[in-house]
Amino acid sequence: MYKASRRIGLVFFPAFDWAISPTHPEREERLLYTQDQVLEEGILDIEGIREYRPHLAAVADVERVHVCVPDVMSRVTESHLIAAGGAIVAAEAVLKGEVDRAFAIVRPPGHHAMRIVHGARGFCTINIEAIMIEYLRRHYGNKRIAIVDTDCHHGDGSQDIYWHDPDTLYISIHQDGRTLYPGTGFLNEFGGPNAFGYNLNLPLPPETGEEGFLYALEHCILPVLDDFKPDLIINSAGQDNHYTDPITNMRFSAQGYARLNDRLQPHIAVLEGGYSIEGALPYVNVGIILAMAGLDYTYVREPDYNPARVAQSPKVRDYIARLCEETYQAWRRRDELREEFIRDQKEISRRRQIYYDTEGLLENQEETTLVCHACGGLSWIDSRTDRGSHVLAIFIPRDACPRCREEGHNLFERSSRQTYRDGVFLQDRVADRLFTK
Amino acid sequence: MFVGLDMGGTHTDAVLIEKGRVSRHYKTVTDAADFVGTIRRALEALLAGINLDAVRSINLSTTICTNAVITGRTSPVGLLLEPGPGMNPAVLTCGQKNFILSGSIDHRGRPTSPLVEAEIKNADRELQRAGIRHLAIVGKFSTRNPEHEVAIKEALSVEYDFITLGHRLSGRLNFPRRVFTAYLNSAVAATYRSFAAAITDFVMQKGLTIAPHILKADGGTMTIEASQERPVETILSGPAASIMGALALMPVEQDAVILDIGGTTTDIAFLAGGVPLFEPQGITLTGFPTLVRALFSHSLGLGGDSCVNSKEGRLTIGPERRGPALALGGPTVTPTDALITLGRLDVGDKTLARRGLTKLGDELGLSPESAATVVLRQMAEEIARCCRTLLDKINDRPVYTVREVLEGRQIKPAQVIAIGAPAPLLAPELEKAFALPVIVPDLAGVANAVGAALSRPTTELTLLADTEEGVLTVPEEGIRERIPGSYNLEQAKKRALELLRSRYTRLTREVEEDKLEIIEEQVFNMVSGFYTTGKNIRIKAQVKPRVIPLKGDGDHV
Ligand SMILES: [Zn+2]
Ligand SMILES: [Zn+2]
Ligand SMILES: [Zn+2]
Repeated sequence: MYKASRRIGLVFFPAFDWAISPTHPEREERLLYTQDQVLEEGILDIEGIREYRPHLAAVADVERVHVCVPDVMSRVTESHLIAAGGAIVAAEAVLKGEVDRAFAIVRPPGHHAMRIVHGARGFCTINIEAIMIEYLRRHYGNKRIAIVDTDCHHGDGSQDIYWHDPDTLYISIHQDGRTLYPGTGFLNEFGGPNAFGYNLNLPLPPETGEEGFLYALEHCILPVLDDFKPDLIINSAGQDNHYTDPITNMRFSAQGYARLNDRLQPHIAVLEGGYSIEGALPYVNVGIILAMAGLDYTYVREPDYNPARVAQSPKVRDYIARLCEETYQAWRRRDELREEFIRDQKEISRRRQIYYDTEGLLENQEETTLVCHACGGLSWIDSRTDRGSHVLAIFIPRDACPRCREEGHNLFERSSRQTYRDGVFLQDRVADRLFTK
Repeated sequence: MFVGLDMGGTHTDAVLIEKGRVSRHYKTVTDAADFVGTIRRALEALLAGINLDAVRSINLSTTICTNAVITGRTSPVGLLLEPGPGMNPAVLTCGQKNFILSGSIDHRGRPTSPLVEAEIKNADRELQRAGIRHLAIVGKFSTRNPEHEVAIKEALSVEYDFITLGHRLSGRLNFPRRVFTAYLNSAVAATYRSFAAAITDFVMQKGLTIAPHILKADGGTMTIEASQERPVETILSGPAASIMGALALMPVEQDAVILDIGGTTTDIAFLAGGVPLFEPQGITLTGFPTLVRALFSHSLGLGGDSCVNSKEGRLTIGPERRGPALALGGPTVTPTDALITLGRLDVGDKTLARRGLTKLGDELGLSPESAATVVLRQMAEEIARCCRTLLDKINDRPVYTVREVLEGRQIKPAQVIAIGAPAPLLAPELEKAFALPVIVPDLAGVANAVGAALSRPTTELTLLADTEEGVLTVPEEGIRERIPGSYNLEQAKKRALELLRSRYTRLTREVEEDKLEIIEEQVFNMVSGFYTTGKNIRIKAQVKPRVIPLKGDGDHV
């Protein structure tokens, strides 16, 4: 029989009884055919592959990452908590040493969910990778973590959550935001003032084929990872780059995904998007599992695979080569660029508009960050929605210096419900508590 | 009157059950060179002087197929595989001749690439040339659409003795297991056929008008006639016999542990609300994982004859057995010697047992009696610990819906049912180790044969309906037919039960209507782009394993 050369933990949670709506692409049968393929291939019988039962994440696990308005339970369903809990179960299997690698094939996904949650964005309500990562740091000690987001959409939620965290390198490879939701993820989105350079975006042109993805991996992502030296590599494993995906325009294949994972070797992969539920997901997921387990994936192939479907133009090739070079150079010069960016400012603000496509809600944020050389820095967001909601959310980072922490609590004390009628929130990661008033 | 026979590796037990009681019991040594002779001998002795008209059933649990596989006395098998895309099929080539064929079927049952006639013809020629008479034909996703398996068979010459088509064995998905199951089925077919013929002859010679039944690994039975198509289902039915026996002797409605304590091993099984748990996938035999439905049973290398050692003041029991107890001329101290020393068992030479425990006691700084007590206590504790580990695993089995995560039904045994010869003697230690009441039914020593005698027929069936494709598939029955786009879950359930009923009638001739049940039903929308294009309906129906309680109402038995 087959024997995996690396021990793999799988958490498979298809949530066969939950959907946003009956014809929504993120629906009950999304993982049905993947389950069929995994079962039919006999993957769960392979020595070294172990399936884990997901658990519910606790509200406190969500509050460690998000400020949900008005609170967690009015924003999430059990299914969200199980998806996050499933990711945690997968990660713990790795950190406890029960397995070498783990893959959480769960739904719904999470990488569009930002720090503040007024509702669902791009099928995501809470960020299951971030909840998993912060759970790990709380229970297994601080770790340097790299997230490589291979979903076709820019992971704007993960970017937002780790914007100020120099211990978490976020690299997103995605279809150019000028052509796809959520419209972000450009090179100049480089991280907050205290984590400048630790947020890298590789926006690829539409019709990028497997060659382009693997080029970006070899010429940008892997060299950056070599410099950063993470303790853990997490793959936000979105599978909507597939040539059959109905909502994107890329030309990636199951073989490409398997080869990418074989080279990247993430410690933990967490399923994100992927809506070609019949033509892609079964093959891509099997390819990834085999690649992570060190098994032969060369026989994994879509029924309609042919080289023409994954080919890319020379123009695309040249564009990607330039993009990778520019990004890698920016990464190398990140400290220098940070000085230019900060100059002598004490605090730095930005304004943004965030659109919640599921509820058609528009949020206006004004975010301010203290420039700090000792920690990730205190930041706070004044958030208003077009439905009239107004909150203040204050974030004290995990490694906060005494000054940033004190300022955060002072700000919380000073701010009143009179100004922010829908709540003042203080996420104190040092105390691992969410204070509200 | 019910006749039950359980053939074990060392002993064969036969019982005659009359008016709810075991009226006769015959035990004989299993002759590994002559299984049929062993069965004949046991039945002759058991039925001597009995009015055969009163015999209502004969159920046999036999190791004949298991033994053929373990000893490698099987027929050479030609394997024709259609693996399609996916995993490397190299490790599945378990036949004596193997052919990897072109063609593929996807998860919806749609052919995605065609068979190549020339490949099949070539395989046919090579198989003929090699003189191979037994074949297994298995395709990936053939349970979703068997047409390629059937077409391969039809393209071959007609001279083969026995051909297993993968889709007929089980509706469950698992291509490697389907390959191994089909291989084993064809490999034991000839051996089984001669066994079945001998039993049928014997029954005819005796003038019995009943059809003998064979016990399966799932705790159910089927007629010897029906079993010839699927002999693989009779492998490893021994644990099922013991579980069904414990249930017949001690029907319960709670969660419970069943222990069958033997000489070399203790076999552990669980009841959930009085119903035995299944192996989630299927039984594994000599490293071959199969799709053969089986009751869950874990074999722990700890029994009455396990050898006891002490190393640096630490006591170990098992897992190896070097022979019988010291008292019976064996080479090492065993738990049986501990029982003899404590005066709980009166067999063999007591002084030999005592001498062994005195020596063991000296190494541990204990009196012989204390050493014996410690041995039994440790044995019980190890059994209890193993049960707890198994339960943790079972209770942590993956689930796939929100409802199941939230419900989180856990098995929490309320009692222990212990059978096997040493069971009554170990009850006090087990009670302490489990902190649960331990029940040792009377006749615990012949439970397996009782289980065989009183088990009832079982069967299962899978129905898949795809309204977008407009097809309904029942792999176990080889059915693939058109359905309208409006086909719904209710129609599918009704059809599944009808088909199960007719399958059941073929397997056993006696149908107990109320035992047919739907165990799984799922409907998924199929959406293309953003429009619902059809429904994917998945149903499993079964006749579940059950047993006539031994001391139930006298009329029944
Ligand atoms: Zn991305
Ligand atoms: Zn996506
Ligand atoms: Zn600071």
